Amino acid sequence: MAVKEPSIKSMKHEDFKDNEYIDKLVEELNATGANVAVGKLDQLINWGISNSLWPLCFGTSCCAIEFMCLGAARYDMARFGFEVARNSPRQADYIMVQGTIVHKMAPALVRLYEQLAEPKYVIACGGCAVSGGPFKKSYCVVDGVDKIIPVDVFIPGCPPRPEAMFYGLMQLQRKIKVQKFFGGVNRQEKIKDFFRQHPTEVGEY
Amino acid sequence: MSVKDCISKICPSATFEEGDILLVNVPAQDWHALASELKHNPELNFDVLTALVGMDWKESLGVMYYFTATSRNWEMISVKVAVADRENPYIHTVSDLWKVANFQEREAYDFFGIKFINHPDMRRFFLRNDWKGFPLRKDYDADPKLNPIPTDDEKNEDDTISYVEQEDGTIKGIPGKVFKEGDYVVNVGPQHPSTHGVMRFRAAIDGEEVKKVDVVSGYIHRGIEKLCESLGYPQILHFTDRMDYMSAHQNRHCLCMCIEKAMGIVVPERAVVIRTMMDELMRISSHLLSFGCTAMDLGATTAFFYGFREREQILDIFEKTCGARMSMNYNVIGGVIADLHPDFVKDVKELLAIMPERLKEYHKVYSGNIIAKNRMVGVGHLSHEDAINYCITGPSGRGSNWSCDCRKKHPYAAYDRVEFEEVLLDGCDSYSRYMVRMKEIEQSCKILEQLVDRIPEGDIRAQVPKIVKLPAGHWYTQVEASRGTFGVYIESDGGKNPFRVHFQSPCFNLVGVMDLCCRGNMIADLITIGAALDFVIPDIDR
Amino acid sequence: MFDFGIITNWINDLLVGCMPVWAATLIECVIIGVLILLTYTVLALFYILYERKLCAWFQCRLGPMRVGPWGLLQVFADMFKILIKELISLKGTDKFLFKLAPYIIITSSVVMLACLPWGRGLQIIDYNIGIFFILAVSSVGVLGILLAGWSSNNKYTLIGAMRSGAQMISYELSLGLALMSIVVLAGTMNINELVAQQERCWFIFQGWLPAVVAFIIYVIAATAETNRGPFDLPEAEHELTAGYHTEYSGIHFGFFYLAEYLNLFIVSGIASLMFLGGWMPFHIAGWDGFNMVMNWIPGPIWFLGKAFFISYIIIWFKWTFPRVRIDQMLALEWKYMMPFALVNLIVMAVFVALGWTF
Repeated sequence: MAVKEPSIKSMKHEDFKDNEYIDKLVEELNATGANVAVGKLDQLINWGISNSLWPLCFGTSCCAIEFMCLGAARYDMARFGFEVARNSPRQADYIMVQGTIVHKMAPALVRLYEQLAEPKYVIACGGCAVSGGPFKKSYCVVDGVDKIIPVDVFIPGCPPRPEAMFYGLMQLQRKIKVQKFFGGVNRQEKIKDFFRQHPTEVGEY
Repeated sequence: MSVKDCISKICPSATFEEGDILLVNVPAQDWHALASELKHNPELNFDVLTALVGMDWKESLGVMYYFTATSRNWEMISVKVAVADRENPYIHTVSDLWKVANFQEREAYDFFGIKFINHPDMRRFFLRNDWKGFPLRKDYDADPKLNPIPTDDEKNEDDTISYVEQEDGTIKGIPGKVFKEGDYVVNVGPQHPSTHGVMRFRAAIDGEEVKKVDVVSGYIHRGIEKLCESLGYPQILHFTDRMDYMSAHQNRHCLCMCIEKAMGIVVPERAVVIRTMMDELMRISSHLLSFGCTAMDLGATTAFFYGFREREQILDIFEKTCGARMSMNYNVIGGVIADLHPDFVKDVKELLAIMPERLKEYHKVYSGNIIAKNRMVGVGHLSHEDAINYCITGPSGRGSNWSCDCRKKHPYAAYDRVEFEEVLLDGCDSYSRYMVRMKEIEQSCKILEQLVDRIPEGDIRAQVPKIVKLPAGHWYTQVEASRGTFGVYIESDGGKNPFRVHFQSPCFNLVGVMDLCCRGNMIADLITIGAALDFVIPDIDR
Repeated sequence: MFDFGIITNWINDLLVGCMPVWAATLIECVIIGVLILLTYTVLALFYILYERKLCAWFQCRLGPMRVGPWGLLQVFADMFKILIKELISLKGTDKFLFKLAPYIIITSSVVMLACLPWGRGLQIIDYNIGIFFILAVSSVGVLGILLAGWSSNNKYTLIGAMRSGAQMISYELSLGLALMSIVVLAGTMNINELVAQQERCWFIFQGWLPAVVAFIIYVIAATAETNRGPFDLPEAEHELTAGYHTEYSGIHFGFFYLAEYLNLFIVSGIASLMFLGGWMPFHIAGWDGFNMVMNWIPGPIWFLGKAFFISYIIIWFKWTFPRVRIDQMLALEWKYMMPFALVNLIVMAVFVALGWTF
C-alpha cells in the first residue's frame, strides 16, 4: 500500500514551504513498503496522534506569552485539538521549548523530555531555542536545544507570531502523518542513535 | 547640615565625587559603621537600598550602592566600596540593615566572588554551585570546556555558608543548613505552571502550611550583563525587551534615557510623547496579562481569556507602529525608530472607549467573586515597613501603601505634564496588589487620554553620531516599569562598549519577599502570593 | 410511556427457549457488559466534547473545529492517541497498587452507571436500596484516588490524594443527607419506585422548600464529589501540576480522564432521578393534552436532557469560579453545608409528617 502525501485540512500541500522533505519521507516509506492492514492501521493511529497533540506547558520566556496568545480567544488552538495543555509531562505529547535554555535548565529539560510518554515530539520555538538567538555568545546559554534533545520542528522568530506557531504545529502534524507506528519508526531507538552521533556535546545517556 | 558634611563627620575617611548623584568613596573597613548611620541617623535616613551593583575595576573588586531617602524628596546617594584582594574579597554585608540586600549580595557573590561578611546565606544565586569561576570578572576564563553543558542533575543546595569575623580579625566560614532535619520539602518548579516561567521554590511544608520557602533562581539566567560588555551601545538595546518582556518599552526607555543622559542628547518632543504613550500602553497590556494570569492561577480560567481579548487590541496598536507584537525594539538612542502609524490615534481612542466597560466586566467576572476575595484578602501580608525594607516597588509596593511611583518622584519623559493619581491601597495583601493593578489601568487610560490628541509634530529622533561613545563615568537612571522601578547602571571607560551595565530589575526584589509572605500560609497561597506579586522570571535572572 | 422491559423480556425468552438457563444468563451478562462499557465510553467521549465546546463558548472561542464537522471527531482522535500512548513504569512506586488504582476508579463509576434507569425497564441493577447502593459504591472511588496518590511515590500526588480524601469524605455527608431528604419524602430507596412516584409531579415541586434547598446542597456537594472546579483541589493544576494522577500516562491516565467525565454524568443523572423525575416526562396535573404531548418524548431523552442540563450548570461553575482553598472548602462543608443539610432533613420530615407536600 502506498503512503500518500499528508494532507492538512484547509491548507494546501503547495502552501507549505519544505515539501521536498516530506516527499522524501514518503518516498522512503514507500520504498520499504507496508501491507494494507498495517498501513491502514498506521494511518488511523497517525490521524489520531496528529489531531490530538497535547502540549506540555513549558515556557521559559517571551515565546511563552505568545503561546498563551495562541491559546487565547483570537488564535484559539483548541480549534485544532491542541488545547489540552497538560502540566504533567507523562500525559503530554510534545514539548514546545519556548525560550532560552541555559546551562542550569538543561538537565531539567532533558529530564522532562525523558518523562514524556512515547510517542513524543519536540518543537524548538523561537530564536533562543533554535540556536541560542541573541544570547548565543553568552557563557551559560545552550546554543539550540537540538544539542541536548532531538527536535522535530524548528520555529524561528523572536518571538514567533502565533501564526508561525500554527505553521510549525501543522508541519509537525504532517510529519506525524507519514510516520510508521508499527515496525517502522521507534523513537527510543532513534534517541540512542542520536546520542551516539553526538557524543561530545552531552556524553552518555 | 548637608548630607556630605554629615557623612564626613561620621566617617572622616570618606571622599566625595560630585555628579548628578553624589558619590561617596568609603574604605571597606569603615563601611558597615557608615551604612548603619546612613539608615538610622535621622539626618541621613536613607531608608531604601535602590540598587546594589557588583563591580570589577580590574585593580579592585567592589560594590556600588545606590540609596534613596524617601522622607527627603527621594534624594539619592551612591556609595562605592572597593577591595583590592582578588582572591578573598571581603565586604561587610548590609543585608542586616536593608533586607533587599540579601539576594543582591548573593548575586554579587555569584558574579564577582565578593564574599559578604555576616551574610546569613552565601550561596550562588543564578549559577549552579559547581560553576567554575565568576563570570562577570574581567579576567573570567570563558572557555566552554571549563563549564560545559551539565548532564547530571543539579544537587539540592542545602548547605549554606556564612562568613563571620572573629575577634582576632580573621574571617571564618560557618556552615549551615537551609532546611531543618526532617522537613517535608516540596519542590515547586522549575517547570511548573504557575511560577510564570522557570522559577523554582523549595517549600518546607507542615501539612498544608508553608514553613519556609527557599528561592532557587537562575534557570533562565542568560548573562545579559556580561554580553553587554562586548557589544556597542545600540546593540545592547534589544536585551531590555527580552528581560521583562511585559515592560519592553519601559525598560528600553530607561536604557535609552541613561545613554542619552551620558551623551547629553535632547530627545525631540514628539519622541518624548510617543515614548510616554507607548509606556502606558505597555503598562495596560502588562496589567491585563497579570489579571489573566492571577485569575488562571487561582483557577478562574475564563477571566484569563477576557484579559487577553483586550490585550490583543493593544498588541495590534504596537504591531502597526513597531512591526512586532512582542519585543518591539521601538526606542532607540535619541528617540524612536519609526514614526507612528496613521491609525495610531484612532486605535488608541477605540481602546480608551472600550476599557471602562471592560474593566467593569473584569470586576464582575473575577474581582467581585466571593471565592476570589476569600483567596486573596489577607493573604501574603507585607507591611509598609517591610515593603520599604525589601524595596518592593511598583503595584506590589503601592498595595502596601508605599508611595513609590517613579513617575511622580523623579518625573521623566512627559509625566510632569499629565495629571494622574498614584494608586495607593493599604490592604498590604494580595488583594490590594491585585486591585492596584486594576486601578492603574484606569490611570494609564487617563494619561493616554490626555496625550492622544496632543502629540506634537516634529522629528522622532535626535541627531546621534554613527558611532555611539560615552564619556568615561557612570550613570544611573530609573523608570517606572510595569512591575516597579527599573534601573539601569552604566559605567563607561570612554570606549564604544560599556565597561559595565547593570539592570536593577523590580522583579528581583519581588521574589525576595516570597519567603516572608508565604510563611504560615498554605500551599495554595504560595501560588496566590506569587501571582499577585506578579514577577517575570527573565527579569529576575537577566 | 413505552416499557423497555418488553424488549428485554423478549430477548430473555428467546435465549431461554433455545439453550439452557445458565448459558442464557451467561450470554445476557456478556451482552450487558459490552453494552455498558460501550455506553460508558460513548458518554464519556460525548462529555469531553460537551465540556470543551461549552467552555469555548464561555471564553469567546470556538473550541474544536478541525477534526470532523464542528470538531465532532476530536474526541475519537484523542482516544486513539491515548490508547497507543506508552505506559511508563516507574522506579520506586508500589507497582501493584499503581496499576490497580485506575481500575478501581473506573469500576466504581461503571457500577454506578449500571444503577441508573434510562427509561421504564431500561436499567441493569434494580435494588430495593438503590440509592444507598449508589452512595456506597461512590465511596469506593475515593479509594482509587488515595491509592493512586500513595503508590506514585511523588509529593504532589500524595498531597493531591490527601486533599481528595478529606474532600470526598466530607462532602459525601451533605450529599447523602440531601438525598435522604428526598428519601424521606418518597418513603423508598428503590430507584424505580422513586421515579414512578414522580409521575404526577417531580420531587423538587412536591417537596417545594426543603426539596429546593436539598437540590442546591446536592449540586454543590456533587461538584465537590466529582473533584471539579471550584473544588478541583486534588488535581489543582496550578498548585500540584496534575494532582493525584501526575505520574500516570497512556490509558491509565485515560481511565482517570474518562472517569472524571463519567462521574459528572452520574451525579447529574442522580440529581435528575431524585429531583427532576428521571426519565419521567414533565406533567401538570389536569392538563391531559399537555401531558400527552410530553409523553410522546421518549424516556431516555428526558433522562439525558435533564442530566445534561445539570452537567451544564456544574461545568458553568468550573469555568467561572476560582478554586477554593482547602481550609475554606472544609469550612464550607463542616460549618455551613452539613448543619444546613441536617436541619433541612428535619424540616423535610416535619413537612412530610404534617402533609405539607404537594
